[in-house]
Amino acid sequence: MTASLLDLRDIRKTYPSDGKTLTILDGVSLKLEAEETVALTGESGSGKSTLLHLTGGLDQPDAGQVRLNGQDIGMLDDAGRALMRRDRIGLIFQQFNLVPSLTIAANIALQARLAGRHDATFCAELAARLGLSEMLSRYPEQLSGGQQQRVAIARALAHRPALILADEPTGNLDEETGDAVLTLLLELVAETGAGLLMVTHSRRLAGRLSRHANLSRGRLEGN
Amino acid sequence: MLYPAFQSLSSHWRRHPGQLVMLALGLALATALWSGVQAINAEARTAYDRAAATLGQDQLSRLERSDGRPVPAAEFLALRAAGYLVSPVISGELRDGDARLRLLGIDPLTAPSETQSPTLTGDTDIADFFTAPGLLLASQATADGDLPAGLPPLRIAENVPLAAAITDISTAARLLDQQDPSYLLIAPDQPFGLPPITDATSLTLRSPEVGSDIARLTDSFHLNLTAFGLLSFGVGLFIVHAAIGLAFEQRRATIRTLRALGTPLRTILLALGLELAAIAALAGLVGILLGYVIAASLMPGVAGTLRGLYGAEIEGVLRFNPDWAIAAIAITLLGTAVAAAQAMVRTARMPLLAPAMPRAWAQASGRALRLQTLAAIALFALATALAVFGTGLYAAFACLGALLIGAALALPAVMTSLLSLVRPKGAFADWVVADTRQQIPGLSLALMALLLALAANIGVSTMVGSFRTTFLSWLDQRLASELYVTAATPDEAAALMQALAPDVDAILPIVSAPTRLFDRPADVFGVVDHPTYRQAWPFLAATQDAWDRVADGTGILVNEQLFRRETLSLGDVVPLADGLPIVGIYTDYGNPNGQAIVSLTRFAETFPEDRPRRFAIRIAPEDAPALATRLRTEFGLPADAVTNQAQVKAFSVDVFEQTFRVTGALNVLTLGVAGIALLTSLLTLANLRLPQLAPIWAIGASRATLAKVEMARSLALAAITFVFALPVGLALAWILLAFVNVEAFGWRLPMQVFPADWLLLLALALLAAGLAALGPTLRLARMPPARLTQVFAQER
Repeated sequence: MTASLLDLRDIRKTYPSDGKTLTILDGVSLKLEAEETVALTGESGSGKSTLLHLTGGLDQPDAGQVRLNGQDIGMLDDAGRALMRRDRIGLIFQQFNLVPSLTIAANIALQARLAGRHDATFCAELAARLGLSEMLSRYPEQLSGGQQQRVAIARALAHRPALILADEPTGNLDEETGDAVLTLLLELVAETGAGLLMVTHSRRLAGRLSRHANLSRGRLEGN
Repeated sequence: MLYPAFQSLSSHWRRHPGQLVMLALGLALATALWSGVQAINAEARTAYDRAAATLGQDQLSRLERSDGRPVPAAEFLALRAAGYLVSPVISGELRDGDARLRLLGIDPLTAPSETQSPTLTGDTDIADFFTAPGLLLASQATADGDLPAGLPPLRIAENVPLAAAITDISTAARLLDQQDPSYLLIAPDQPFGLPPITDATSLTLRSPEVGSDIARLTDSFHLNLTAFGLLSFGVGLFIVHAAIGLAFEQRRATIRTLRALGTPLRTILLALGLELAAIAALAGLVGILLGYVIAASLMPGVAGTLRGLYGAEIEGVLRFNPDWAIAAIAITLLGTAVAAAQAMVRTARMPLLAPAMPRAWAQASGRALRLQTLAAIALFALATALAVFGTGLYAAFACLGALLIGAALALPAVMTSLLSLVRPKGAFADWVVADTRQQIPGLSLALMALLLALAANIGVSTMVGSFRTTFLSWLDQRLASELYVTAATPDEAAALMQALAPDVDAILPIVSAPTRLFDRPADVFGVVDHPTYRQAWPFLAATQDAWDRVADGTGILVNEQLFRRETLSLGDVVPLADGLPIVGIYTDYGNPNGQAIVSLTRFAETFPEDRPRRFAIRIAPEDAPALATRLRTEFGLPADAVTNQAQVKAFSVDVFEQTFRVTGALNVLTLGVAGIALLTSLLTLANLRLPQLAPIWAIGASRATLAKVEMARSLALAAITFVFALPVGLALAWILLAFVNVEAFGWRLPMQVFPADWLLLLALALLAAGLAALGPTLRLARMPPARLTQVFAQER
């Protein structure tokens, strides 16, 4: 039997707070297959971003397993998790997190170059699809928020990752721009065959993805 | 993966070229000042070693008389007759006005094979060396210099020290008017079966010189230079630390992004390390070139100082030496590593998921400030302990270091305390004071650099000023006579003194002989009993009847150098003329050697061969020019044989000025470096402070007002730094005068203060701070409102 692209098993995560232990995630399990798009919703502080960070190996759970294509990433050290992210995951942040001193072209190509999989033609195609062709020599500070988020999407896709993790990718954009960005993201995800796990506050946007899971009091509902 | 990570991180510099320039400038200046000083030291030491190796002095033992007088020729002949392999050398100095030449007369036929003969260049007939009029072998630099008149032909030869010439012993004997050898060189391999040479002679055996007297004597001078170089290097590193700290701070978000995108931490650290190493290597190369230029321009001054203070001859020319260039690159890399250590550790410890908000750069927490203050107190205690109990030059410099570093560490606490005393009226003034307090951690490194530069400046200028005032009044005492005359021979001098006696108030013969006291080179002077000496001689300590005891031949005066070096006291016996008790200790600035004074009668008994060729004349000052003219016209003395008091003083003052020209130049350069450190920090803060300024602008303070506040604040902080630097600088001066100078030069000076110099320095400090603040202030005054509103747009 083929392993799932992503398999979260009974994830627990707590944080110390005012001398007490605050449980953020309490036995969360979730599976995601290739070409599947899953929306993760929940109230502020429900643990959506924490779950995304654990999935990407940016943080580690107190208990449970994060398995990517059957591999438990908890068994990897810090450098191993970094290489796993570099090769197999595309990250899209709410704050864009572009490198301010690199041009748009260099930002798009950054992760692909780090992974040793830079394909200039594909990067150019992504830029064209995202309407960035005219601004490749500009710097991030010269772009609007919507444009910067499109650059972040292109960067996350340029190395053809297996899984894309998006943390409220439209959270900083107006409704119209957000819709347009999400449409492009879904199209590109479908074309590259990647899986998508997207955190969003918006049930309307969540409805556009193939599946919807809601985090409440540290537990997953409707998975 | 390393290359894209390196490229992403280093792209920061392309977007912030100003920061790169500051970093490179800081590194280049630090390297330049350090390597320049090292180049000077290396050049001088090479010259000393060359001089020490002349005639194999660094390999061959020698026999000499314990009183430094020539060895009787009969003694040499007796040793040769007994089978010992010894070779005579006549050495001495030829003087002709200001021109000097040290002669070394050797006997090539008996000289041991270890005697390194100079290498002749060009066609030279070796027979000319032995036959009249003889031949002098000297270096090109010596031949190009000012030489005494009437010398035999000169040939250029390598391996001969500057201001010296090697010749046949017969030529040296004729030129120096000395028939007996100065000393005998001993061949290391003596014929088998002979008893030890010391059993066969009463002469003193002197072992080969490991490091010359000059090298030992000048060690303290070079240590002084090294300390200044180190101070400048340290101040330069403040700039480097500030620039690296800012760059790392601004790249926090990029580093987090790179890690999130899958770059391992070690790759990021490696990329940052490579980037810094590349910048340090390039800036180091620039620094070496700059250091070479600085060293080359200071070299003539250093040569003058060493000649004037220690009689050490080095060329005023700098040769490029790959050794110090490599050492300079190494120390640049090391300095960069030290300056970057904090930023690298922070990067390594930075959690991947911490909020990406830019943290206030170099912000010191309250705990860090307290620790820093405690460290400062500990260093002050160490400095005090070293000042009270320490001995030696290294203890003196450790004391200086502890004082300066302690003061630098205490500065932020002093600033914060002073600001807490300010109780402003009005909301805006309240904000200004609070904002200034908040800025201190960010500016503290630059202000520390300014403090070090200002304190060093105050300390050194107080020392030089005290020195100058004391030295000039000492010259007035020592050079009380109106005219000084040098005759061609002792007989001519005697005839002149007899002829002039009726027309002048007094004639004071000047006669001296080189000798060895307490096994070190020293000069003994003979003086007549005259009120000129009794009234004006600058004593540090003396018995009531000092001059009476000297006059009747039962006492001796010694200079401060001899007194301190041998830890003598009044009443101690000096081994001269069957032993004479010390009845007085006098100041003798500018002289590296021991010196003693006895009566002229006692001198003549001890050194019967030395008769006065020079004498001083006491006469009404208004009659002195006419007498000088008369001496030249009536007695046919050459122009330079008669000098007046003013000429001698001018020469002495010139020697003095040369001595501190180098430290003065380094002082100014250090202050310049501190100014750049301040500029770097202000530029840094200007970038980081927009979020604090924008709300104040939004609620009604104009950009012009904010800019004026920024300028006023910079000036105020510089002024406070100056006020704190003043006591630190004065403490520094006290350590230099009471501690370092005694160890370095052998004399101690009373400390004097010069408030007018402080005002000038305060003006310079304010100018440096004003210039450093000008750019950021103008930028703020002209900043487009859109740039300020962007602060609010980026808020979430």
